[in-house]
Amino acid sequence: MSVEAMYQEIILDHYRERHHAGLREPYQAEVHHVNPTCGDELTLRVKVENDQIIDVSYDAVGCSISQASTSVMTDLVIGHDVGGALALHDEFLEMMQSRGRIEPNEDHLEDAIAFAGVAKFPARVKCALLGWAGLRDALLRVQNEQSDEEN
Amino acid sequence: MFDLQSIRSDFPILERTVGGHPLCYLDSANTSQKPRQVVQAIEEHYLQHNANVARAMHLLGGEATEAFEGARQKLADFIGAAGADEVVFTKNATESLNLAAHSLGASLRPGDEVVISVMEHHSNIVPWQMVCERTGATLRWFDVTDDGRLDLDAAERDGLINDNTKIVSLTWVSNVLGTVNPVRTLADQAHAVGAVMVLDACQGVPQLPTDVTELGIDLMAFTGHKMVGPTGIGVLWGRADLLAQLPPFLGGGEMIEVVRMTGSTFAPPPHRFEAGTPPIAQAVGLGAAVDYLTAIGMAQVAAREQHITGCALRRLADVEGLTVLGPTELADRGGAISFTLDGVHPHDVMQILDSKGVAIRGGHHCARPLHERMGVQSSSRASGYLYTTEAEIETLAEALDYTRDFFTGRRPL
Repeated sequence: MSVEAMYQEIILDHYRERHHAGLREPYQAEVHHVNPTCGDELTLRVKVENDQIIDVSYDAVGCSISQASTSVMTDLVIGHDVGGALALHDEFLEMMQSRGRIEPNEDHLEDAIAFAGVAKFPARVKCALLGWAGLRDALLRVQNEQSDEEN
Repeated sequence: MFDLQSIRSDFPILERTVGGHPLCYLDSANTSQKPRQVVQAIEEHYLQHNANVARAMHLLGGEATEAFEGARQKLADFIGAAGADEVVFTKNATESLNLAAHSLGASLRPGDEVVISVMEHHSNIVPWQMVCERTGATLRWFDVTDDGRLDLDAAERDGLINDNTKIVSLTWVSNVLGTVNPVRTLADQAHAVGAVMVLDACQGVPQLPTDVTELGIDLMAFTGHKMVGPTGIGVLWGRADLLAQLPPFLGGGEMIEVVRMTGSTFAPPPHRFEAGTPPIAQAVGLGAAVDYLTAIGMAQVAAREQHITGCALRRLADVEGLTVLGPTELADRGGAISFTLDGVHPHDVMQILDSKGVAIRGGHHCARPLHERMGVQSSSRASGYLYTTEAEIETLAEALDYTRDFFTGRRPL
């Protein structure tokens, strides 16, 4: 696969115009994730009400793959319930770790299937996962706080 | 005389193709390629002379010891050391700097100061942070000017090097900016207050004629793999009288004199600092690398670096949207050229260039504080060596034009 084909139009579009970028209040959890090998950094906040993700906001520096992946992720998970978003995370992770062998489910992953080609470039997989890993971390923190309150 | 084609023919990897393109290797500040002569020396050692050193008393042990100690002498001659016992073999420059920090740092006390700079590689920052944390000493650092030179005026104004300074540890040549620092002046300043001067020479020794006496330093760290030698071996050079005073770093075999259950005494330098079986084949390979560079002549290598760096600085100035970090003049400048390309992240630059056979580095090059100081998150870095051609600089520039247009949407997919 050519590198030009890896950079799908969807990826370049999201890189040039990132959806839901910027940090917003209020939020239930904020996380900071870094990719030490390339220096990409992400601060991400989630707002959750009644198990629904109301907002995901973020401030990030990084390459086109990490920026676009985070942007696509926010489109997908805002409006989702927490469990569904975590399931999407797992499905995206499985696709990215498959080295291109898994045929992604477009009904679930929508625009995120554009990253299937990135899975064939092992050095870039971590870039595509940065936003998703931040989301999972933030959602788990919200869940932990809720269970602490219930106890 | 400098015969580029003959040199290139010694490096078989340069005939490789990457994605259908001839390899254009511009990541030599990261690691250099290896000539056939170095690889053959390692092969010959393993296939004909392999044994452990010092402790094996048979014929092969003698041959291996002679090869290993012979390499030490070659390294000593290459850097103008007073003798082979001033050359300590380590596994890399990072271990050399950790050794320096640990052993020199053993005598630090609260109130003492260690001075580094914001342009250091992480390996000349973190070991000093660790030793300062352990001893209560204070870590201070030189800032850099906006054009990427050490800010000597600010340092003088702030009394950076003063009577509390015990150690000054600086890089000779910046691995990001290419800046060549005024080592002699800085060493004289350190010595004027009784401090020890440590030099990170990783980017200097491979490219410049090196004379530790002229540099005026006390300890110097460098690595084999950036000077056409193998990975797995580094060097810490130290003045004999200073090494003799320093406590050991790692404990174990080879570094001892007498071991009793109640306590041990230690071997004199350099073996005091070489616990365990050393990198024997790597030392043989590094010795061959020294022979290779010496045959060409370090003055020639340095002149070639200046020539290629000049070509690259001129050509890259024509690439729209490209900004060089660090000095854009050749004076006191080494061959690493880091830059940003408007609208394109270094990771993406690297990826597109790689698809065209051009190998460069993207990221913070193990110098995050410097990038923060220069106001950028990361950068791309091109770095050549004695085998780099002007045609490769042209290939780089054209690939950068293509990359910029690809990401800014000026070129259709």
